[in-house]
Amino acid sequence: MSLDLATTRRIAKLARIGLDDQEIEAVRAQLGGILGWIEILDEVDVEGVPPMIGTSTNAALLPREDAVTDGDCQDKVLSNAPDREGPFFTVPKVVE
Amino acid sequence: MLTDLTIAQAAEGLRKKEFSAVELTKAHTDAVEALNGRVNAYITVTPDKALEAAKKADSTLSAGEAPALTGIPLGIKDLFCTNGVRTTAASKIIGNFVPPYESTVTAKLLENGAIFLGKTNLDEFAMGSGNLTSAFGSVENPWHRKDDASVLVPGGSSGGSAAAVAAHMAMGATGTDTGGSIRQPAAYCGIVGLKPTYGRCSRWGTIAFASSLDQAGPMTRTVEDAAIMLTAMAGHDPKDSTCADVAVPDYRAACGRSLKGLRVGIPQEYDSPLMATEKGNDILAAWKKGAKILEEAGCEIIDVFLPHTRYALATYYIIAPAECSSNLARYDGVRFGKRAEGATSLDDLYEKTRHNGFGEEVRRRILMGTYVLSAGYYDAYYLKAQKVRTLIQRDFTQAFQKVDVLLTPTAPTAAFARDEKPEDPVQMYLNDIFTVPASMAGQPAMSVPVALDDKGLPLGLQLIGKHFDEETIIAVGSALEKAAGFTARPDLRAGVSA
Repeated sequence: MSLDLATTRRIAKLARIGLDDQEIEAVRAQLGGILGWIEILDEVDVEGVPPMIGTSTNAALLPREDAVTDGDCQDKVLSNAPDREGPFFTVPKVVE
Repeated sequence: MLTDLTIAQAAEGLRKKEFSAVELTKAHTDAVEALNGRVNAYITVTPDKALEAAKKADSTLSAGEAPALTGIPLGIKDLFCTNGVRTTAASKIIGNFVPPYESTVTAKLLENGAIFLGKTNLDEFAMGSGNLTSAFGSVENPWHRKDDASVLVPGGSSGGSAAAVAAHMAMGATGTDTGGSIRQPAAYCGIVGLKPTYGRCSRWGTIAFASSLDQAGPMTRTVEDAAIMLTAMAGHDPKDSTCADVAVPDYRAACGRSLKGLRVGIPQEYDSPLMATEKGNDILAAWKKGAKILEEAGCEIIDVFLPHTRYALATYYIIAPAECSSNLARYDGVRFGKRAEGATSLDDLYEKTRHNGFGEEVRRRILMGTYVLSAGYYDAYYLKAQKVRTLIQRDFTQAFQKVDVLLTPTAPTAAFARDEKPEDPVQMYLNDIFTVPASMAGQPAMSVPVALDDKGLPLGLQLIGKHFDEETIIAVGSALEKAAGFTARPDLRAGVSA
């Protein structure tokens, strides 16, 4: 199926990836190509087939004790922040 | 030369005091220094740390009771977080990220005495099959075609690890495999690459691409070395709920095990992609040779059918981008990574940061994933793909009722030249046609080099095993390796060229 420009713009907005008009058109064409190729799945009858969620078939997910295992490492958490003020991450002003 | 040894040989030499860990490490840091400017296998090198660790390894060895990998110099794919050492995922967006913690897999290797030479190059966020999408430049495959100087790709995404091991710039390396990222570069570079069962190795501290598929594994020059490394890397980790609590055997003991009576399946659907390519004949011949070797070793060769094989790639290119779009949402320029300048609002900050920080292929996959998960399309694409994935897994379950292991080619071609890179992303994705099905089903699989094509380039065969039965693929792989007698080495490697 082909993808229209409006849908491509909407996806770029949802993913928060800023694209200019030229890039939008290129992405539209490429994603359209990939979606066309994926149409091969229309041949497969999946009536009554359950979706495969996760890959672990042999091991059930085990609950662990609900306890603190880590903490008291504020400096480590903040060590890669692009911008910080004291113990806080900063972002541009969101409320005018 | 010390750089020519296998891990098994070096471990023995260290214990017999034929050479020291410092000498062994120095030989490798010298090789990296001589070759990395050209091969670009490493994004970050840590020779001083390596030599310091080697001194400690020598004292551990003198004291006796040293763990298996003591003093063995390895390359670490730059997707594993390493405490205090820059970890980039080959992306600009975290190009200066220095993790304050160590991934479980690398922590296990360090506990086992291994020495890290540096962080190896990869496709950005492990998305690619040619190591052409790294923000730190592409990697040169140490192999070249006969009488042809064209630069070939090392495969991807673990192309830096594969090239480093092939060029003797490391004795072994870690890789990660989501749809073939260990096995395909191993085949392109003439080395062994083992993707374990999903859940065999912890994913904690490994930068995520597609969490239901990502799995770490060893890349080495022999099957025995892969077995030694895997024994150190595998095992339960409470920090990864998908990491299985299944005992880790001594995988090395599986090498050389008798294959008498073992049933080897040949998937009948795997030959049609080869018929379609010009180079397919060499690979078909290598595949036949592999089957013959195993028959002579006492295996029974059985035709099997995996009817949903032809849908695996399309399914993968829905599920992997969906998981990637979700995993990569965290790179927003707020808590870590590179933040774009001049943003006027929070949304603008996200958009500019993510546009500037991600390369084209990563952006494409995030957008694709966002689309297949978005309202109105979820059922038609994502849910449908999850159902087809069930059918792909059933194919394997049914095949493994009749056979113990599957033998297939690893990739549809040998390594291609950088300038032969297809413009169409779909053509590029076809490189993973033989590796993706096993990934979708979570099976363990290994690529073993078995032959050279008519241009002198290595070709690999893939062994796919039952869940948590890495031992059988190691046993079969070591027999295949021995009988195939693959001793060729690339023209570009430590000690022979610079």
